Amino acid sequence: MTGPESANRVTAINDVNETSIMPRTALRSHHLLSIGDLDSDEINLILDTAEAMKEIGSRTIKKVPALRGKTIVNLFYEPSTRTRTSFEIAEKRLSADSLNIAVTGSSVVKGETLFDTARNLEAMAPDIIVLRHEASGAPHQLAGICRAGVINAGDGMHEHPTQALLDGFTIRAHKGRIEGLKVVIVGDLLHSRVLRSNILLLRELGADVWVCGPPTLMPQGIEHFGVHATTKLDEATEGADVIMMLRLQRERMQGHFVPSLREYFAVYGLTVERAERAKPDVIIMHPGPMNRGVEIASEVADGPYSVMLEQVANGVAVRMAVLYLLAGNPDEM
Amino acid sequence: MKILLKGGRVVDPATNRDTICDVLIDGAVIERVGSDLPTAGVTIVEVPTGCVVCPGFIDMHVHLREPGQEHKETIATGTTAAVAGGFTAVACMPNTQPVNDHAGITELILSKAAAAAQARVYPIGAVSRGSKGEQLADLAELRAAGCVAVSDDGHPVADALLMRRALEYASSFGMPVIDHCEDPALRGGVAHEGFQASALGLRGLPAIAEELIVERDVTIAGLIGAPVHVAHMSAQGSLRAVRSGKDRDVPVTCEVTPHHFILTDEVLQSYDTNTKMNPPLREVADRDTMLQGLADGSIDVIATDHAPHHYDEKAVEFDRAPFGIIGLETAVSLSLDRLVKRGVLSLNRLVELYSTNPARILGVAGGTLETGAPADLTIIAPDIQTTIDTTQMRSKAKNTPFDGWELCGSVAATIVAGRVLYVSDTVAGANVFSKEWK
Repeated sequence: MTGPESANRVTAINDVNETSIMPRTALRSHHLLSIGDLDSDEINLILDTAEAMKEIGSRTIKKVPALRGKTIVNLFYEPSTRTRTSFEIAEKRLSADSLNIAVTGSSVVKGETLFDTARNLEAMAPDIIVLRHEASGAPHQLAGICRAGVINAGDGMHEHPTQALLDGFTIRAHKGRIEGLKVVIVGDLLHSRVLRSNILLLRELGADVWVCGPPTLMPQGIEHFGVHATTKLDEATEGADVIMMLRLQRERMQGHFVPSLREYFAVYGLTVERAERAKPDVIIMHPGPMNRGVEIASEVADGPYSVMLEQVANGVAVRMAVLYLLAGNPDEM
Repeated sequence: MKILLKGGRVVDPATNRDTICDVLIDGAVIERVGSDLPTAGVTIVEVPTGCVVCPGFIDMHVHLREPGQEHKETIATGTTAAVAGGFTAVACMPNTQPVNDHAGITELILSKAAAAAQARVYPIGAVSRGSKGEQLADLAELRAAGCVAVSDDGHPVADALLMRRALEYASSFGMPVIDHCEDPALRGGVAHEGFQASALGLRGLPAIAEELIVERDVTIAGLIGAPVHVAHMSAQGSLRAVRSGKDRDVPVTCEVTPHHFILTDEVLQSYDTNTKMNPPLREVADRDTMLQGLADGSIDVIATDHAPHHYDEKAVEFDRAPFGIIGLETAVSLSLDRLVKRGVLSLNRLVELYSTNPARILGVAGGTLETGAPADLTIIAPDIQTTIDTTQMRSKAKNTPFDGWELCGSVAATIVAGRVLYVSDTVAGANVFSKEWK
């Protein structure tokens, strides 16, 4: 091992030792399918580990050998720029051997099923499969037939666990805690996997979670999610510590969810005026990609409270933490 | 040749009978039921202890998939599964390929059924050509070919005018219209719209999609005075509509499947595609309403909606999997365990639901043990433990969420037209039916 890498290794060991003071030092499952499968200790373990990983990203040589010799397949059935890139960078920084399989150009178009594709990949003994799929539950089904660890990188309208983890990490970085914060999630609640993962994470860590959106985009049974649900944006944002805006798909006029993007912005768009109802130190988040002038005004998106690019940066650290905790070999750190 | 079934409990609601007595069978028909029946020249078969003799069970809602989808099921495998599940007759839905919308298809189904010589098959014709909901099928011709009812099952009759005309027209040929009640405008989901689907990120199939059409059908049937039968009812509001229709003497009847009175949408958490059906598994309150309706008599029939699919078709993502599960070989055990053993209803009421009422609604022979009725008998063993095991099933398909369930209640034997077509090898003593019945 050459000079800089051994230096990294020493630092990494120290970082890992720091995490050993936490109640948990490992995750119970070798998959990450749903935030609902994690308890607060496990969530905190991931977030604390991400702190160490974030430091690696600030070095000149952003690479540690934690996943050296591990094979990771990024299996993406849906187009994704941000999440796929984020996982890929995280994998490279941990020295994993990773490969990307996207829908186009793969055997998927030849009619092979997800499960057959996965079995074929399994035969080549990957350690982790990172799956993005348009069908809710696909990662759960895959985990049932795979030896490799499965990381859910977003499944249909169900969950996007690493997004919620990076959101939690970002909130904690700004507020020092999550417990007791008023966190408001606004927008297309019905179709959002980011919403579902965030509700589970924020509630597990003790936040006061509010959701707000048009009644047509409010999931049935929202009263059983343990959140305050409202269709009044001003009520939701009043005194908020965190406002998280969700993307409105431009095709939602079909299905009669909203009359027009113009009207949607008029009623549910986050403007400076509305943001000012929140606490003075509010942070404004968006999982991206955002529609300027649809769910959020540019003045807010580019304004001082916006932490959107931090979210993206933190995504790499959080995904490194997840990968490390699921597949890492502590002897290699 | 005569057979005397001796000493069993005989439950026949059609003749108000629930006693220990004998059943005398002459060839393919029931000669008499009673005590001290003449035994000269008669083969005597002692009914094993614990077995109950019932008029043959009729499943008025199955998909036999033939013609066109023989990889899922055939008339031969489906009717063999039927007798193994205690059914002496099945009514098969017209959503085959091609759709059973003309006499040629009906005749094909009947000739395949005759060749299989297992459970009786009563074809159900399509309401509309190709079940497209645009133009009535030739219902008189379907009736003449042997259809006993009409339905566009799987494709709801969306157009209220078509429904009205179908009810008017079909009733003149003595055929009820069986409706898969679902407003197509409110379709598009894969699971019951409610908390579970929301939490699991599954698109919702709202209960009102069913309830609205049940309300509509009851209203139209009330206007016409023609019989409508609500297929596989699943939602509270549907039963409310049916009850209100019955209170006004509207000729409406309805059925429920075992999965809708046993399971709820909580089982979807596994994303097991064998929990995906349409109508979907609903909430506890809906399930409990179905149990209530079964107990108080407002539900007329238990039918399985036996929907065989090939393994490959179900081994996909939840969104992409076809709707439906098999039911012929699980229904009777599930019902004995969940309804009779748990005291929801009596054995007498169970026989009404499985035999008396479906025969009456479809206007077919059977459903009774009166003199001259066909010798179609289902012999059940309500106290015998059984384990549902898909590897032992006769159906081509194995798509059931009940695999491995341990239940109290078994089918001992199934007799169609005086022929013993199924004998259980787990019910003690049931082999008398195969050994001594010549």
